[in-house]
Amino acid sequence: MITKRIIPCLDVRSGRVVKGTNFQGLRDVSSPVELGKYYSDNGADELVFYDITASAEGRKLFTDVLREVAATIFIPLTVGGGINTLEDFDRVLKCGADKVSVNSGAIRDPDLVRAAARLYGDQCVVLSADVKRVDGQFRVFAKGGREDTGMEAVSWIKRCVDNGAGEVVLNSIDTDGVRQGFDLPMLEAVSEAVDVPVIASGGAGCIGDFIELFQTLPKVDAGLAASIFHFGQVRIPELKQALKENDILVRL
Amino acid sequence: MVGIIDYGVGNLFSLRSSFRAIGEDAFVSGDAVALSRADRLVLPGVGAFADAAEKLRSTGLDSFVRAQAEAGKPLLGICLGMQLLFEKSQEYGEHEGLGLLRGQVVSMEGRLPEGLKIPHMGWNRLEMKGGRLLREADGEYVYFVHSFFADGCEGSLAAVTEYGIPITAAVEKDSIFGCQFHPEKSGNVGLSILRRFCTL
Repeated sequence: MITKRIIPCLDVRSGRVVKGTNFQGLRDVSSPVELGKYYSDNGADELVFYDITASAEGRKLFTDVLREVAATIFIPLTVGGGINTLEDFDRVLKCGADKVSVNSGAIRDPDLVRAAARLYGDQCVVLSADVKRVDGQFRVFAKGGREDTGMEAVSWIKRCVDNGAGEVVLNSIDTDGVRQGFDLPMLEAVSEAVDVPVIASGGAGCIGDFIELFQTLPKVDAGLAASIFHFGQVRIPELKQALKENDILVRL
Repeated sequence: MVGIIDYGVGNLFSLRSSFRAIGEDAFVSGDAVALSRADRLVLPGVGAFADAAEKLRSTGLDSFVRAQAEAGKPLLGICLGMQLLFEKSQEYGEHEGLGLLRGQVVSMEGRLPEGLKIPHMGWNRLEMKGGRLLREADGEYVYFVHSFFADGCEGSLAAVTEYGIPITAAVEKDSIFGCQFHPEKSGNVGLSILRRFCTL
């Protein structure tokens, strides 16, 4: 049976990983290649690279780095950030991405998901949704979580899946950075509504949060986090060992 | 030297890189003359079966691959490339494959127990049934992404993976090998499978 996946997310600006890390043995902790390889060698099931550059120059650096990453690391790579058109899909897929994650691009252009899924296949299109509670409703936010779109999140996500998104990354703005655990009610609402893999993001602070996630919501397929991995609060081999001891299927 | 067959389907960057990472010379080409100089061939593929089969036919690479395989040159089909080795596929209609292996490609739809998602996507475990390629990979996890699978291929079955039902994970007959999973995305396990292919 398929394992639960553990996915570190690396934010990249101008070709460098933004948040520094304190891993011993890494010569250059801001190198996407070195850090990605470290994770790949230490049990990450997949990697997400998020391009947070705004400039065209930075974007070029990102694709150069991506090509190097894909030539070095042989696990699935998802790439997101600045994906607004089919040309953007093409650009990162050519550099070795396996899946492409769209966020604001899907909000701006409702046809993007459908067009990309038709061209590259559903499995290639990942919908990344930033969601926050507003007036007792789950709302989709755009522009890195800064702008309320006014759209109800579950039905919007469902619509994107119907259009061909093959996977959903659900980022809870409410729990992001709080490190008190994943947003289980929000994840439950989404994972009940769609039949594609759902990746939980936002809120993990310790190993126990991942155990709670997969035990409470067996339909959730993967847990994604950034800084707790980068700063070493949670080490992936230990995390996976703990999941295994709690009868959660993982690749060791 | 490994020849990766380029017939306009999918991204071959990772595949070529993974052979280079294990120190094997690999080149990507759609030219039969160039490919015939390779010691072994890889048939990759993602996307729809009918589309890929048609591209193989229209480039004339279908008869080239068949002739090379029948002459005993080691051939590895990956993902859709494995499915193309079979006689036919039921993916949206009925389509002819290369016919190098007996069996057909069928949908998971309606064949899996309730509640299992399609595509079968993620890391799943190999259970060896026979053959040489996966001899050291029994019980290992590899990466899958697919919605269709090879059925009725008892004669060439090399490994299955459990997804509610046993799903064909690898096939093998003489010098013809096929992996439903992506060795080039399966970490060190995948790289050692590719390394082994280069010795067979």
